[in-house]
Amino acid sequence: METEFTPFASLLGGIMIGLAATLLMATHGRIMGLTGIVSGILPPFANDWPWRAAFLVGAIIAPLGLVAANYEIAFASPTALPVLILGGIIVGFGVKMGSGCTSGHGICGIAQLSPRSIAATGIFMVATAITVFIIRHVL
Amino acid sequence: MKLILAFLIGSLFGLGIIIGGMGNPAKIMNFFDIAGTFDPSLLFVMGGALITTFIGYRLVFGARTTSALNGAFELPASRSIDAPLVVGAILFGIGWGITGFCPGGSIPAVLLGEPSVWMFIAAMIVGISLAGLWQRRSNALKRD
Repeated sequence: METEFTPFASLLGGIMIGLAATLLMATHGRIMGLTGIVSGILPPFANDWPWRAAFLVGAIIAPLGLVAANYEIAFASPTALPVLILGGIIVGFGVKMGSGCTSGHGICGIAQLSPRSIAATGIFMVATAITVFIIRHVL
Repeated sequence: MKLILAFLIGSLFGLGIIIGGMGNPAKIMNFFDIAGTFDPSLLFVMGGALITTFIGYRLVFGARTTSALNGAFELPASRSIDAPLVVGAILFGIGWGITGFCPGGSIPAVLLGEPSVWMFIAAMIVGISLAGLWQRRSNALKRD
């Protein structure tokens, strides 16, 4: 399934994500890692769960503004439901075990030149590419 | 004040994810499908976010020794590349390749009216909880 190459929108989105990461560090002193933020509002709840919940509510609600402005949002999930659920469990287990995901390791961690984050990002990018290759060209 | 700012920063993040196309599983999978329907957009999202954060963190750490509202900067203490990091990253990569969803890509897509997003997030929460249980159990065993 083809998707449109969107260099300008993607660069703009990326800069917004980077500004959010910078502002969260400046105001709250925290890494903007979605694995950690989501984990903290699940049992056993982190002591500082309220800011995490506020962050997630903002992240969920704000895109409604794009919908209201008739901004065209492309979306397609090509994965069959049972496989999607299995994949979701693997993602959750993996990011918790590996202490981070695309935002925490891939952006905030590499921005600090953390060897852990550079290693984790390299490993998951390669694992993702191999998985997509197997799904699309081998199976 | 803390909560309002967290809400606004979360909003900025959510808008960035959706505008950048990170909330679209097909687009993520196409970034990794170099041998097929390749779409390099994700490079612009990750590159833009990484460069902005790299510069932003240096400005923040250069200007202040604590955060504005919440005391000390809380940075991960661990620097070592250990087995859980490697295995966790491999598992995440496999799951990301299967689904095209990562945690940060899925959350802002919750209200786009796509049931696949809700199914993914429910399954991801199960996975996070299982790994959390397993971590707490192995920590408890180590203490005994």
